[in-house]
Amino acid sequence: MSSPFALERHGETTLKDTLLAAAFLLPSLVIFTTFFFYPLYRLFYLGLHQQNTFGTAERYVGWKQYTEVLGGKEFREGLLTSGRYVLLTVPLGLVLGVTLAVAANRRLRGIKVFQTIFASTIATSVAVASVLFLTLINPQVGYFRDVGFISLTDPATALRGVALSSVWQNLGLTFIIVLAGLQAVPEEIYEAATLDGYGPLRRFFKVTLPMISPTMMFLVVVLVVFALQAFAQVDILTGGGPAGSTQTLVWRIFDNQQPRQIGVGAVMAIGLFAVTIIVTGLQFLILNRRVHYGN
Amino acid sequence: MGTDLNLPTWKKVAWYAVLTVLSVVVLFPLYMTLIRALSTPVSYLQKGQPLYPVDIQWGIFRRAWVEGDLGAKMALSALVTVTIVAAQLITALLAAYAFTFLKFPFRRLGFALFMATMMLPIEVTLIPNVQTMRSWHLLNSYPGLALPFLATAFGAFLIRQGFMGIPPDLRDASQLDGFGHLAFLRRVAIPVTRPVIASFAVISFLGAWNQYTWPRAVVSEGRWETIQIGLKSLSAARPEENNIGLAAAIIAAIPILVLLIVLQRQLIRGLTAGAVKG
Repeated sequence: MSSPFALERHGETTLKDTLLAAAFLLPSLVIFTTFFFYPLYRLFYLGLHQQNTFGTAERYVGWKQYTEVLGGKEFREGLLTSGRYVLLTVPLGLVLGVTLAVAANRRLRGIKVFQTIFASTIATSVAVASVLFLTLINPQVGYFRDVGFISLTDPATALRGVALSSVWQNLGLTFIIVLAGLQAVPEEIYEAATLDGYGPLRRFFKVTLPMISPTMMFLVVVLVVFALQAFAQVDILTGGGPAGSTQTLVWRIFDNQQPRQIGVGAVMAIGLFAVTIIVTGLQFLILNRRVHYGN
Repeated sequence: MGTDLNLPTWKKVAWYAVLTVLSVVVLFPLYMTLIRALSTPVSYLQKGQPLYPVDIQWGIFRRAWVEGDLGAKMALSALVTVTIVAAQLITALLAAYAFTFLKFPFRRLGFALFMATMMLPIEVTLIPNVQTMRSWHLLNSYPGLALPFLATAFGAFLIRQGFMGIPPDLRDASQLDGFGHLAFLRRVAIPVTRPVIASFAVISFLGAWNQYTWPRAVVSEGRWETIQIGLKSLSAARPEENNIGLAAAIIAAIPILVLLIVLQRQLIRGLTAGAVKG
């Protein structure tokens, strides 16, 4: 039995396989250890200490810093802003993405042109989209300057303006993924539903949506995680203002890198980590029950 | 929806109308950007912000290119991006192969550790990673921009999915041909899963090129700014001459737009191909 695969079938591990696997995994493990796992430990360590202005000395302050930061105003407001940002971007982005995908899922002449247009925003980065919207909704010179609903200078509306730029930028990705999901649905199912007398709306909600629910679940997770990580949009469009109304959690982490506040920033980063795990875990739990796993 | 071609004419017209309206909505921000980049800012505002360019300056793209030093910034972005994509392809292919075709102790634990890194985006680990780069004197440097992204759990996961779709028959056949692991990886596994690999490469390329938070954290000197950070500097430096920032944004988006149009088929096929053809 000299074949490598025969051994695998029997579920045995061999020294040769183990050494080869170690060699194959080593590059990834070095990177992950250095830039993922060590930093996690380091965050916990930083959270337990306070540093002086120049970062030349530190003293142990213990869990007190955790309870103070996580229970404090700055973290709570950052979390609230990030939460609002999720609510402003994800539902709207999903509805628009599904609308575009359903509209473009036809066999019509020239449909590829429309599909390319709908997917086009994927060519823009967050930075490009933010620069575009910075002018588009600029309160003085923007085309949408009179649309107070999304004004970047009003603390009550600034986050909406930032969110709009994200929704538009993510539209291409959302469209591509939903369209892929739609095209994977077998046509016979639509034909059967039509023969059963389903109208277009009933067909969409009773057949199409359940069939693409795994795709939708994937998308919801991706978009929520995107929203929780939002930084560039805020950095370019508002710089955290006005009156701190667009300071998302990541913006605050970024803002707390000076030695004096680095312990605070570290605790906030751990808070973000916890939120990310909870949100993605919850989404899988909740959505798993509602999702129909078609084959 | 195979019957669409046989729709009555009025229904087809209605669909085209819907598609056109949606296209206008999607393209509007891009169109306005082009209009405003081309217009002279003051004349454009005096005209009351019309939907067409005013006092067109074609030289604006050259000015943005020169004043924003966009050539150097795009070259740096390209270098960092190619480094990241190439490294991610190699590390992900090897890891995916180990997790699919090799038996070794703690395989499940190892895979779980890999997946756990997906819960640790750069935003969470930003502060300690910037410290690491500072202590290595890699702030404002090419390795500093690329190092944390040379491995990817997402890529390993995606390619592993592709590898798991390889039919056992194919493995048996290569077994009979006397292929070892390296030969099987090179001559069978990679060619057969090419759509998945290509799809991952495109996604990886986009992610690397579009990066913002990390370069913003490790770069403070203009000459180490990637194109994304350069856009921010340019638009922040000249709020009154926003046509330069907008022209720069268009220039920054064009290479990616061209790339995506060329690779659109690979991307879509990669996303839709559940089963891999043998």
